[in-house]
Amino acid sequence: MEVRANTALHVTLTINGVERKASIEPCVTLLDLLREKFDLTGTKKGCDHGQCGACTVLINGKRINSCLVLAVSRDGSEITTIEGIGTANELHPLQDAFVRHDALQCGYCTPGQICSAIGLISEGKAKTRDEIREAMSGNLCRCGAYIGIVDAIEEVIAAPRRKTVR
Amino acid sequence: MRRFEYLRAASIDQAIERLSFDPGAKLLAGGTNLVDLMKYDVACPTTIIDINDLPLGDIKETSDGGLRIGALVTNSDLAFHPVIENRYPLLASAILAGASAQLRNAATVAGNLLQRTRCSYFYDVMTPCNKRTPGSGCPARNGLNRNHAILGASQDCVATHPSDMCVALAAIGTMIVVQGPNGARSISLADFHRLPGDTPEQDTTLRNNEIILGIELPPAPEFQRYSYLKIRDRLSYAFALVSAAALLTIDDGVISTAHVALGGVAHKPWRDTAAEVVLVGRPASRGNFHQFASMLLSRSEALSQNGFKIELARRTVVRALEQAASRTPQSQSDKRVH
Amino acid sequence: MDQGPAITGKSIPRIDGPVKVRGQAKYAAEYDVADLLHAAIVSASIAKGRVISIDAAAAKNFPGVVAVLTHKNRPWFWPFSFLYKDLAGPPGKPFRPLYDDRVLFSGQPVALIVADNYEAARDAAALVSVSYEREQHATDLAVEVSKAYKPPRHRLGLAPTPHPTGDADRAFLASPVKVEASYTTAAENHHPMELFATTVEWSDKIVTVYDKTQSPKSVEIFLKVALRLFRRKVRVVSSFVGGAFGLGLRPQQSVILAVLAAKALKRSVRLVLPRDHMFALGYRANAIQTVSLGADENGRLLAIKHQAVAATSQSEDAQDPMLNFSASLYRCDNVKLTYQLAKLDTVSPCDMRAPGAATGMFALECAMDELAYAINIDPLALRLANYTERDQSENRPFSSKALRECYLQGAERFGWAKRSHAPRSMRKGKELIGWGMATGVWEAAMSPAPARVKVSLLADGRFEVTTSITDIGTGTYTILTQIAADALGAPRERVVVKLGDSALPFNPIQGGSWTAATSGSAVQAACDKLKKKILLRAKQTGIVGNGQATELLSPAALADLLKLSGSDNLSATATIINVKFGKKYASATHSAVFAEVRIDEELAVVRVTRLVCTVAAGRILNPATARSQIIGASVMGIGKALYEDAATDHNLGRCMAHNFADYHIPSNADVYDIEVLFVEETDDKVSPIGVKGLGEIGSVAVAPAIANAIFHATGQRMRDLPITIDRLTRLSD
Repeated sequence: MEVRANTALHVTLTINGVERKASIEPCVTLLDLLREKFDLTGTKKGCDHGQCGACTVLINGKRINSCLVLAVSRDGSEITTIEGIGTANELHPLQDAFVRHDALQCGYCTPGQICSAIGLISEGKAKTRDEIREAMSGNLCRCGAYIGIVDAIEEVIAAPRRKTVR
Repeated sequence: MRRFEYLRAASIDQAIERLSFDPGAKLLAGGTNLVDLMKYDVACPTTIIDINDLPLGDIKETSDGGLRIGALVTNSDLAFHPVIENRYPLLASAILAGASAQLRNAATVAGNLLQRTRCSYFYDVMTPCNKRTPGSGCPARNGLNRNHAILGASQDCVATHPSDMCVALAAIGTMIVVQGPNGARSISLADFHRLPGDTPEQDTTLRNNEIILGIELPPAPEFQRYSYLKIRDRLSYAFALVSAAALLTIDDGVISTAHVALGGVAHKPWRDTAAEVVLVGRPASRGNFHQFASMLLSRSEALSQNGFKIELARRTVVRALEQAASRTPQSQSDKRVH
Repeated sequence: MDQGPAITGKSIPRIDGPVKVRGQAKYAAEYDVADLLHAAIVSASIAKGRVISIDAAAAKNFPGVVAVLTHKNRPWFWPFSFLYKDLAGPPGKPFRPLYDDRVLFSGQPVALIVADNYEAARDAAALVSVSYEREQHATDLAVEVSKAYKPPRHRLGLAPTPHPTGDADRAFLASPVKVEASYTTAAENHHPMELFATTVEWSDKIVTVYDKTQSPKSVEIFLKVALRLFRRKVRVVSSFVGGAFGLGLRPQQSVILAVLAAKALKRSVRLVLPRDHMFALGYRANAIQTVSLGADENGRLLAIKHQAVAATSQSEDAQDPMLNFSASLYRCDNVKLTYQLAKLDTVSPCDMRAPGAATGMFALECAMDELAYAINIDPLALRLANYTERDQSENRPFSSKALRECYLQGAERFGWAKRSHAPRSMRKGKELIGWGMATGVWEAAMSPAPARVKVSLLADGRFEVTTSITDIGTGTYTILTQIAADALGAPRERVVVKLGDSALPFNPIQGGSWTAATSGSAVQAACDKLKKKILLRAKQTGIVGNGQATELLSPAALADLLKLSGSDNLSATATIINVKFGKKYASATHSAVFAEVRIDEELAVVRVTRLVCTVAAGRILNPATARSQIIGASVMGIGKALYEDAATDHNLGRCMAHNFADYHIPSNADVYDIEVLFVEETDDKVSPIGVKGLGEIGSVAVAPAIANAIFHATGQRMRDLPITIDRLTRLSD
């Protein structure tokens, strides 16, 4: 059997605003690059096949399953992971809402849920509970925290509007 | 995953050239299906040609009033494109019925056309599968075949095509524009996907050295009525057991055109234009819809576990047509079937 | 100490929420360890037989690969299987990965690739070719049921199936009304979102194992004994666990294989099992049951016969309390329960949320619904007619039982009174509407093994609570913080809870719904002790004259106290030993679940549009996290009722569900309204802090409530789970 040379390729990604370079084989997924090489373990591996959403990150602002992305293929992209969202002192409104609505239990799917919800809000398509539910169905949660998740997202979507009403 | 050489195509010609002499080469766009299959060692390309830099990301109106959609347009961009939302809402609806928001953000038009079956034997390299390893056998035929084909299957393969988008494209009537070493050609969607026969390893009529440039939609008739109705095992993020795409034009209660395609039932999106003729000139009534659905499914054959899909498909077609006729297309977020 | 208002019993936000929403919580595969090797498994394609040869040449030559371990070159193992026993295992021989050439189930690991990077391990695994000698396998329970047997050895710690009372056979035959039906339930998998994973940090003196487990202590003991690490210090860390639902009760294949590799190579190793392999770690046993109910014309039960045959593996007699509640839930003088197993060539079943009860109660509660319709009385009225204040199987009272309140308050909340009794009598548009209900019950118990907690006053005036138990997402960090804060009279910000580390005081296993009651009681006791110590020390050092004004002990004063007393901390330890009230009381958690389904009459699309879950679980420590537990368990119940089926191809003897496209767990779109009500229930006997536990109860009654609602909607009895569209499509024929 022929084993192809493991040619390392250079990639440059802007991750959470910081330019990161790596020399990697083309078979490395963005998810494994983040977790194993950059130690950004907030992005989770739940199925490795695009069927659970735990690995969701924002690539150039769009929510995408990082497990199905060959990292070399996204050379030059801007990536936002959960580590780039909120700080210990100031949580992102979605993070804060997730905590208040107890939209998590084990917490493993949570970073993916939050990245996905940020993508959902910027898409601007989902407004009603039904629409949020459907648009968040790419993020599985075995602890079953869906009701809290929808509550949290609904609240954050409604928040700016509420302010303008006042 | 097998190791591979990674190339980034700078031009369409470059990609075609490589495909022409490298039988182990595969094109990579969104990667949502190919990378998945590579991780399961089902797809083992020795060369990956990344085509994401190619200028195939446009949506343009054609001179005849139709639409030309580039191969690399993502499913999300397509579904949310104003022209698609307004003039081809069936297509938008079908796309949104499939996969998840994240997958749709990465998956492309061409990738969706080339999506491979979800048969769990095909996906499991430790089992036989004629599609994956020709001649090894088909365990689904006498095994777990609850979600397998009821139409057009062969002794060698009972897999179904998993796409939602393609079902809508079949109903709309779409041309696939491809380019090879000898230039471009167009293939109608009906001829693009094939039935398995005794060569189930071939999903489509695309040649190994051809690249999909895009698709062309015909002009959308005004006042068209539509619905995409997908029935699946859970309410979202699941492949279809059965889906139906219905397009109708009705004048004074009488059907003037009817296009209906079925998903989840065969190796390709299933459409029967001969049966559609039966509806033309007749009132948009449940009885007529039912008669049509029975014709559409007249050649269906059940395996040991999927007999229910025949009746389910019949009912799904009837309901999709009713929804289209009454201008209440199925919502993809409100899961109640109207 | 600065006493604030009590926070135990209040909905304070999850303590570990902020760290989790920021992605800062570290799970087993996420510890950065120097010189780490990565491992990947090669698994068997046959269900039964022998490995003849393993050709690993290509894998060994693969760039980055360090070693390929098989049964031939693995480190030396004990030949005695009893040394592989763990705290939660059933009787029999535990599965020992890479032990010998026997293949016991499809998907069994037969080789382990170890490489210096993850991709090399993953990709080299595909290059290993294994040849087998096949033997005839048996994976179909419907066939093997003919060889069902009563488990010869009883599982330790499991209450036995109750003995018969009266003469159920005769009473059933003599009953004016009889209902008899068979039910089947599919094999299900736990599928926590976190993959089973282990990171082993190897050194000569101490081996630190970051593992996904529900019991760091059990894993530590197991590794020392079974994998012969007794000469080293072994520390097992599981600070955060991304769900487990029972699959982490026993030392899993991931930790065994990762430690084997680390031991063989004397290197640090990480193994993350892929999702497809999570089907080969353990499953909720599929079962075939028959329930026979005899009653008088008013619905009073005269006979209950309940028999079950559950799947198990060839090597272990996996057992759970499948029928245990069928003797005690209702008043009935004649009860006969028959619990049997049938051996299959599969991995051993493994406790999954509400093990046994979720399966057994599905059958019993569906049969009760069938009885209600046979007699033509309301299903809730039937339950009330058979309500019992005593556990008849043992003839003793309950320590507390507010099930009646669950029924009544749940019915009120749900609007049950507006239900029209006849099947197919409620509809809206094209949808049939069905309302169904079911009862849930689970044993309320303390951990069978003692649990220890240490509470320390730190130099900065904070209190540190430590115990080795995990928080698998249940809220353990939060409730222990609440209990400690109240017990110490300190604000919660000054309480630090450390869990999930075998180096911390012994606390056996998170499971069985006993963690809150057991660990909570231990925290309370340790805090009470520490408080006394502090007061004594304060008096001795003269910080407070007469020991009255403890509230004045600010962090600064506490720091002074430590300084003055010449030590840098002050601590107290308490051990809680299972409070046995012997045969005097039975103790159980109860629930009543009311479900609304809407089903398209032609297309059989089922939507579970409303669930009302009323729960009597003694004292509720934190209504917010408690509600989440019940909602989450209900979601799992929806999966059980409608979707989950780890389907096996019996020709191949292989589970063909490999991922979340083959095996559907509920998605966000599948979950509508779920309302949770906790009814008032005071119980001073069940545990020192009056807590009964919540982990399992939410999962028990949801599936039967949904199945009963589907009957009410359609008039079709669905006796086989999951209730998929193919089983329902006959509904408008």
